Amino acid sequence: MGKFRDALVRGEFVITGEVAPPHGTDYSAMLESVRKLSPFCHALNVTDNQGATLHLSSLAASRVVLENGNGCEPIFQQTCRDRNRLALQSDLLAAWTLGLENVLVVTGDDPRGGDHPKAKGVFDMDSTQLLQVTKGMNEGVDMNGTPLDGATDFFMGGALFPEAEPWDIQLERGLQKVEAGAEFFQTQAVTDVDKFARAVEAFEPTGAKLIAGILLFKSPRVIKFINERLAGLMVPDWITDRVTGAEKPLDEAIAIAIEQAIQLKDIAHGIHIMPLGSDDAVARIIEGAELG
Amino acid sequence: MIVTKPRDWNRIKANLAEIDAKSVFIMGCGECATVAHTGGQAEIMVAKARLEAEGYSVTGSAVGAVTCHSGGVNLDMRKHRAEVDAADAVLVLSCGAGVQTVADAVKKPTYPGLESAFLGNVVRHGVFEERCQMCGDCVLDKTAGICPVTTCPKGLLNGPCGGMWNGMCEVLTDRECAHVKIRRRLAEQGRGMKGVIAPKDYSVKRGPGSVNTRDAALGRKPASTATDKPFTTEKDA
Repeated sequence: MGKFRDALVRGEFVITGEVAPPHGTDYSAMLESVRKLSPFCHALNVTDNQGATLHLSSLAASRVVLENGNGCEPIFQQTCRDRNRLALQSDLLAAWTLGLENVLVVTGDDPRGGDHPKAKGVFDMDSTQLLQVTKGMNEGVDMNGTPLDGATDFFMGGALFPEAEPWDIQLERGLQKVEAGAEFFQTQAVTDVDKFARAVEAFEPTGAKLIAGILLFKSPRVIKFINERLAGLMVPDWITDRVTGAEKPLDEAIAIAIEQAIQLKDIAHGIHIMPLGSDDAVARIIEGAELG
Repeated sequence: MIVTKPRDWNRIKANLAEIDAKSVFIMGCGECATVAHTGGQAEIMVAKARLEAEGYSVTGSAVGAVTCHSGGVNLDMRKHRAEVDAADAVLVLSCGAGVQTVADAVKKPTYPGLESAFLGNVVRHGVFEERCQMCGDCVLDKTAGICPVTTCPKGLLNGPCGGMWNGMCEVLTDRECAHVKIRRRLAEQGRGMKGVIAPKDYSVKRGPGSVNTRDAALGRKPASTATDKPFTTEKDA
């Protein structure tokens, strides 16, 4: 059983980060991120063609993280956008065979927002269905119920948007994911701690662990980008005002992240820090929130 | 109905240039393409003027009653045989089904003048919406008569996805999320979503489709069928 799973199941407050595979074969920049983030994190998400833009596969990149993380584990991401049910299952088997134990199953952004807008989005399955399939593989069968020669034992996660309205629909969807096999959730950026607390309370009876997303709102330009381009997230005015009005926006963004981490410390089962390239900020956030 | 859109004029010109065509016969469709204002009499006149302005001669034109109907198209082509014979190419302003029916009926190079866009609900005159993709494995019984395969841009059966914001779709941000609509209508009807909808059975739609109701009515087994599976799934049978 992996360290990330152990820690979450034990009730330890976990910290996860995120690294992006390269747009090409040179993964030295990703390794640099791993070097900076791994001392502070239990696990690092390895994104899968994030934003529907081409990157080295999460499978290969996760293996690189596994070998170079000094015990900080990769969380292999699988999006439903790019692969049909055969490829998804095949990649899950490959992931397990390569020693990857944590998987985060997401639907994926629509291709028309990415760098290959002419691509055919596959979406043969949705994330809930893929969670069910992964659960089946843990039990030793493929999605047809046919026994596998060697099962998996993935620690399975899903994505959750605790601030989505209407909340009852989002909650129902999250509970569906738990039923399908999700043991942990990593959430989109939390900007309203009360709404996150509402989600924790709702999922408490299921035993699923909620890792709160903390996004570094590092500059007015980034905030504008998030508001205009990132699906399902609007930066609240109080954050925009503070970052925009600050002499050093990055420092202000880190201060906000620290405040959020401190507030979330007693509510969440962990935090998932998305530093948007400012990897050095992760150490400052963790130290500032006294989570180190 | 089949909603069509005008095809890029440069592609049409390139097609005609490939065979060095000088003269064209134009065929439209009296059903869908007329309703969609893409291939009726009026649009044929526009295409004719455009072709003539580019130096082509237009030998004649016709609007088939239903251009995907082989019998009707064969009759039309017989009626216009001289005009078709005089043309180097036939340009068809209909959906792809119509283009193929015409291509079967004439011995001339036949080119599409439109793109087949989608199966459209006619919301009101001139306003079409895609609500059904004819996937062959309908989930409308579970989704309150709102198709998520078609009206969710990602075609997700179990939604909403993580990008739903204030009930709106993450991809088409000016539209309500299909899954929000579904849940609301289910709730209005005192129903709920029961469990997880299983992955779709795409095998029932594996093409090319073929249905022969005549042989079926006569109790005959069709001589050949292009589908490798009939339109009943094992679970229905």
